Amino acid sequence: MNARILGLAAFAACLAVPAVAAVALSDAAGSYTISPSGSSIRFTIGKAGGGGFDGAFGRFKGTIRIDNSDVSRSKVDLTIYPESVGTGQGRIDAFLRSDAVFDAANNPEIQFRSTSVTRTGDTTAVVTGRLTARGKTFPEKFTAELGGLKSGTIKFHVTGKVLRSRYGMDVGTPLYSNVVDFDMTLTGRRG
Amino acid sequence: MRTSLTNTPTRYGWAMIVLHWLIGVIFIGQFVLGFVMMRIESQRTAFELIQLHKSFGFLLLGLIILRIAWRLGNVAPALPASVGTLERRTAPLAHFALYAFQIALPLSGWALVSVSTLEIPTMPFNLFVMPGLPLAESDAAESFWSAAHWYLAYAGIALVALHIAAALRHHFLLRDSVLTRMITPSSGGE
Repeated sequence: MNARILGLAAFAACLAVPAVAAVALSDAAGSYTISPSGSSIRFTIGKAGGGGFDGAFGRFKGTIRIDNSDVSRSKVDLTIYPESVGTGQGRIDAFLRSDAVFDAANNPEIQFRSTSVTRTGDTTAVVTGRLTARGKTFPEKFTAELGGLKSGTIKFHVTGKVLRSRYGMDVGTPLYSNVVDFDMTLTGRRG
Repeated sequence: MRTSLTNTPTRYGWAMIVLHWLIGVIFIGQFVLGFVMMRIESQRTAFELIQLHKSFGFLLLGLIILRIAWRLGNVAPALPASVGTLERRTAPLAHFALYAFQIALPLSGWALVSVSTLEIPTMPFNLFVMPGLPLAESDAAESFWSAAHWYLAYAGIALVALHIAAALRHHFLLRDSVLTRMITPSSGGE
């Protein structure tokens, strides 16, 4: 008798937490187009001796699709135009666009295509996918946190580290770290 | 025959000779590297050559400080008796100018990377981070030190050319020991 009550209580407790998330999730389900306004893709590369340099990509496009029944089947596609890189220092921008780094003339797009989404919390998930830059593709992982959801707009804060050497962009190591820290805010609008 | 580390009143010791040729070869290499890195098309190669130029620049600065200390702490061999009055007076000036350039050129390069708004770190041969000189960063300061480094390099090339011409003149026209004593060290038997 006591065991049955305990069992029921435990079952109810298990249900309670996902139930809240499930409601939010079904609200979020749908397709979103990443909107340049309200979105940003920033990066930082550490420097030998301390500090680092920051940059951002001004132009990018993408979609976020959140699956109604199975979050893990959600998808993220992101295309970044490396030509639009900006660091606040024109000479560095020209260097980054040149064949020393992005070779933007011959490789105008950097692409990320998600392959799986794993939920790690109520509002967090790990997005795994394939990143293609300068003709090379490797699996990469990003952490996404739901930042807001209202009237057809969804906002994620996405962070992740990428080793640039794998993409033929190892110039300047070890003066500049091989690790590129990404910090993105992606705002999607339904439709 | 025992060769001497230190100079004698008539000959150079091998420490001075090794420093002279090492610095000479690196200096000429730096001139070549400097021209190539500013003209090469590949930005990646240019970046890497510039880092190499910085590394050798700091190596030179260290060797030159050692050389000047060694020179000040050693007797300077006298010129052969056959050397004329005019050259006896101008040669020390030319040598002083050569030493001044050896210090000024690497320092102006160090100043250039210190004031550059690109803020590229300096790691000689990727071994350690070399701090910048305490100078304010600005585009104007970068242009100034860039020009200073260029003009000093041109003047340095002219001085080195003069120095080489003088050495060859001593060896082939005057047939004295001025060049050979910078090749063969002083010996204990002298």
